[in-house]
Amino acid sequence: MTPRRWAGGAILAGPAIVALALVVLPLVGLLQGAPWDSIISELTESEALLALRLSLECSLGALAASVALGTPLAWVLARRRFPGRSLVRALVLLPMVLPPVVGGIALLSAFGRRGFAGGWLYELTGWRLPFTTGGAILAETFVAMPFFVVTAEAAFRSLDRRADEAAATLGASPAYRFRRVTLPAVAPALAAGSALAWARALGEFGATITFAGNFPGTTQTMPLAIYLNLQSGNSGVAIALSLVLLTVSLAVLVGLRDRWLGTT
Amino acid sequence: MRSHPFRCLLAVAAVFGLGASCGSSSPSSMAAGEPASSRGAAKGTLKVFAAASLTAAFHDAKTGLGSTDPNLTVTYSFAGSNALVTQVQQGAPADVFASADQRNMTTLVRAGVVEAPIVFARNRLQIAVGPGNPKGITGLADLAEPGVSVVLAAPGVPVGDYTREVAARLGISITPRSLETDVRSALTKVTTGEVDATVVYLTDVRAAGSKAVGVDIAEVQQPAIGYPIAIVKATRNRAAAEAFVRSATSGAVQRSLVAQGFLPP
Repeated sequence: MTPRRWAGGAILAGPAIVALALVVLPLVGLLQGAPWDSIISELTESEALLALRLSLECSLGALAASVALGTPLAWVLARRRFPGRSLVRALVLLPMVLPPVVGGIALLSAFGRRGFAGGWLYELTGWRLPFTTGGAILAETFVAMPFFVVTAEAAFRSLDRRADEAAATLGASPAYRFRRVTLPAVAPALAAGSALAWARALGEFGATITFAGNFPGTTQTMPLAIYLNLQSGNSGVAIALSLVLLTVSLAVLVGLRDRWLGTT
Repeated sequence: MRSHPFRCLLAVAAVFGLGASCGSSSPSSMAAGEPASSRGAAKGTLKVFAAASLTAAFHDAKTGLGSTDPNLTVTYSFAGSNALVTQVQQGAPADVFASADQRNMTTLVRAGVVEAPIVFARNRLQIAVGPGNPKGITGLADLAEPGVSVVLAAPGVPVGDYTREVAARLGISITPRSLETDVRSALTKVTTGEVDATVVYLTDVRAAGSKAVGVDIAEVQQPAIGYPIAIVKATRNRAAAEAFVRSATSGAVQRSLVAQGFLPP
């Protein structure tokens, strides 16, 4: 290597190392601050267990809703032409860039007891979403669904239609073609979108605490339990729960490695 | 390819070097801090970390706190006292800390982070309900009724702990819908109509104006609520911090606090 290229490498290496340190150092801090000798007892404390179980329920509920409602939406956005499609797509993706706490306030304005939809629901049935597990799932779905839709839509759009058309000429019904031709082709993308949406739902904080409130076993998911415990000085529980979420995030990343990390 | 080992070495040095320096800065060494440099008149900036229930009182210019000197800029950080304790222990740049209870202040006193506190105000609990008191709530016992939705402040947040203490003493079992991070956020759940009632301080209900109505809690049921204020030892503006704490017990500020519903210390 020539001296000149070496100098160029050194100039790039500086900021690159700082960038890496920016990501790595907080993780090192988390590991260093972890209560390793008591981590099992911290996590099996009743409130931490409640948060773990509730987080699992809510994030899986949000994932189910995102897949059930997001797949048709992604299909329509990818394959149907209709006026205002770009606007619809922008609206659907908005929660990805919207601050979650704004999402929480928006959900309250719509589905709160005084909200236009929530008020009507409450008058009619006496049922309300804020402060319920259903509310927490709604908040997580609001934030996580776009991650599924954006991945699924890209897959539907880049689909090779010739296989579908060939199946059609052979007399296969639309439902059969979707199940046997389209679905196998997009399955990896749908799985990746599901993993992303699930991870996002699992980490949801701002919209959940704003819209659903915070109560152990009902709406206090892991991120809320982490925040509340840290505020009350129980940093042991907070860090132990943080490590659980870190592990899950790493697992999702490993699962998606072929899509994102390359194969080198 | 000869540059690779060099880069790796640099990376390792960077990670471990910075990691080690981060690891050594414990809360206690931060608390020692640097000696206060300015001992002249109150000037510069002063960061006051105060219990959420002091928001209206400290923001009110008429209170006179910190507004005595035009050269002094006072900035406030309001939150649940427990959250502020955690922040100060982690080295947040506070000059003065005012808590809504003794317990949170004691945590910082024991940690050696603050100087000796003085109580500058007292308060009372009140039930906050929506305008017109639609559920006809008359006392704490009504909050245990199944048809009444209630939020309380989370454990560790002074107003929540006071309420649970009183409820336990009276044998009332309240099941809240949510445990809020501070008193203001609990009150907001009532003023926005999401729940029927919460328990806050009398001064918070007053500050909410027409959006909330207070239902008194009997005198015999009231807990002792004192607001201690203290100088954070690591302050870089000791003169201003001392002046602020001194002014909190001065006649003018005390009169204004009483006008807002606080009780004298």
